[in-house]
Amino acid sequence: MTEEIKQTSDDIRTLPLEFFEKDEQAYEDADKITRPSVTYWSDAWRRFKANKIAMISSIILILIAVLAIVVPLISRYTYDQTDLMAVNQAPSSAHLFGTDDLGRDIFVRCWEGARVSLFIALVVSILNGTIGILYGGIAGYFGGLADNIMMRFCELIASIPQMLWVILLILILKPGVGPVIIAIAATGWIGMARLFRGQVFQIKEMEFVMASRTMGAGSIWIILKHLFPNALSPIITNMAFAIPSAIFAESFLSYIGLGLPLPTASWGVLASDGANKLLSYPYQLLFPALLICITMLCFNLLGDGLRDALDPRMRQ
Amino acid sequence: MGKYVLKRFGSMLITLFLIATVTFFLMHLIPGDPFALPRDTPEIVRENLEEKYGLDKPLFEQYTIYMKNLLHGDFGSSMKYKGQTVVGKVTTGMPPSALVGFGGVIIGSIIGLVLGCIAALNNKGKVDYLVIILAILGVSIPSFVFGSLIQKIFGVDLKLFPIQGWKGVSYVVLPMMTAAFTNIAFYARMLRTSMLDVMKQDYTYTAKSKGLTKTEIVKRHMLRNSLLPLVTSFGPMCAGVLTGNFVVEKIFNIPGIGQAMISAIQSSDYTMIMGLTVIFSFISAIMYFVVDILYGVVDPRIRIAG
Repeated sequence: MTEEIKQTSDDIRTLPLEFFEKDEQAYEDADKITRPSVTYWSDAWRRFKANKIAMISSIILILIAVLAIVVPLISRYTYDQTDLMAVNQAPSSAHLFGTDDLGRDIFVRCWEGARVSLFIALVVSILNGTIGILYGGIAGYFGGLADNIMMRFCELIASIPQMLWVILLILILKPGVGPVIIAIAATGWIGMARLFRGQVFQIKEMEFVMASRTMGAGSIWIILKHLFPNALSPIITNMAFAIPSAIFAESFLSYIGLGLPLPTASWGVLASDGANKLLSYPYQLLFPALLICITMLCFNLLGDGLRDALDPRMRQ
Repeated sequence: MGKYVLKRFGSMLITLFLIATVTFFLMHLIPGDPFALPRDTPEIVRENLEEKYGLDKPLFEQYTIYMKNLLHGDFGSSMKYKGQTVVGKVTTGMPPSALVGFGGVIIGSIIGLVLGCIAALNNKGKVDYLVIILAILGVSIPSFVFGSLIQKIFGVDLKLFPIQGWKGVSYVVLPMMTAAFTNIAFYARMLRTSMLDVMKQDYTYTAKSKGLTKTEIVKRHMLRNSLLPLVTSFGPMCAGVLTGNFVVEKIFNIPGIGQAMISAIQSSDYTMIMGLTVIFSFISAIMYFVVDILYGVVDPRIRIAG
């Protein structure tokens, strides 16, 4: 048997070249990419789509956002319109979620509150991201003394509980949407700065960064073109988790009496009003609290889903 | 080890100094009249008040007086209620706050750790999913919603426990449950993640191949190593006990330091707010110090690097 094979291969070897023909087609096909190339993002999107829980969460969140935009526009009531003839009414067809002690329609107030709360949360998340990336990026990229001083500063801020900072800042700035955003973001960026700094430290030593530097790339090019895209997935995840914690912080402030001024409706204001009247009119807490819980739940699940999709190593 | 403790102690002192300074200057940035006097108050009354509180002196001199007082343990007194000092408020408010807060942390961490451990050992099992759901609910429900809810269910509807107040043992149960709730979720999630991580480590395989029993492996190798990262979380957790108490103490009307802070905020009692903030921050800075030292004791890698 082996003898035979040996024989044939020897035969082929001894054949003159004219017996062979170059297969041009196969030669070209070998280099051709027949399937669309799977980039990191399309791969992440595929993993995210496969995650049913995260998909359902994002659909619910989109629904909440749409309702928040639409309901105050088309409703018969406005969020600050009082009706003393219809005070503390239970949910009915006229008032879907009932009315509060000034006869304001809770359904409209809930969706107006969604606008305010989600706006605060989104802006805080973006601010946290921007400041944290700039600060952490500078500290991580330049390292050494600059990094040491910058991180000591972070440690100092973090050594006071976040809520105390927020309370102090609100006292100085006076309650309002802007001050609440500033107060929550004032300490919120630290987590992001630490995270991005760590990422930068890891990535900047890698070969592709060294290669880029060898070819004469400047600091800004390296930060924008190499460090930032490679650290993007933990950043996105962190920003997604910043949203529920901002909603949380806003409702905490309202509850201890440092929330938004009247007659602004935010979920925190509504829930803390409702909590005070829980014993006599439980529905006044129920609806805003449910909305807060559902939104936080969805954002947390969405954050988990994003983390799993963007960084499969983290999956557990 | 001694050098490490000394170094951490030094940086804690610097932190304390900076906290006091920052709080002082922030409080002086607050716009408006600290006394909120009626407009027709005679000028002399205002002058006398300013003199009494030292507000007529230049800012820097006020600052040195304030720092000197801090060194002597005088954190100031209330501007609104005569005879109330910050230290007095803290000493009367501390016992209930500490009981509820640390009770919540201890009960919450024990239940949470047990749940997290079971979940990790039965990865993808029923308990595991239960823990995941619990952990996500724990971070999704604001504590004042949870507190109000159990207050209504156990206090009003079932009449098992008193609704509000602070008069005996039965008054502790509901507040402690509220405080424990978030901790259960937090610790269960943390331990589950870190256990799953430890399970994949080489030393676990080594222990398994040495022929140790499962309980031995869990007890001697897995738990010990996965509890390490939890020690660091104790610092923020203890600091969080203070601010977390704000909500719990307000719901259940407990005469603790959180309640004192809220009422100071609501009556714009600035000297009280400042004093309490400084004390809160001092407590949390000291907690961080203690936790860092503990961490150095448990994990030798830290004290060598630091």
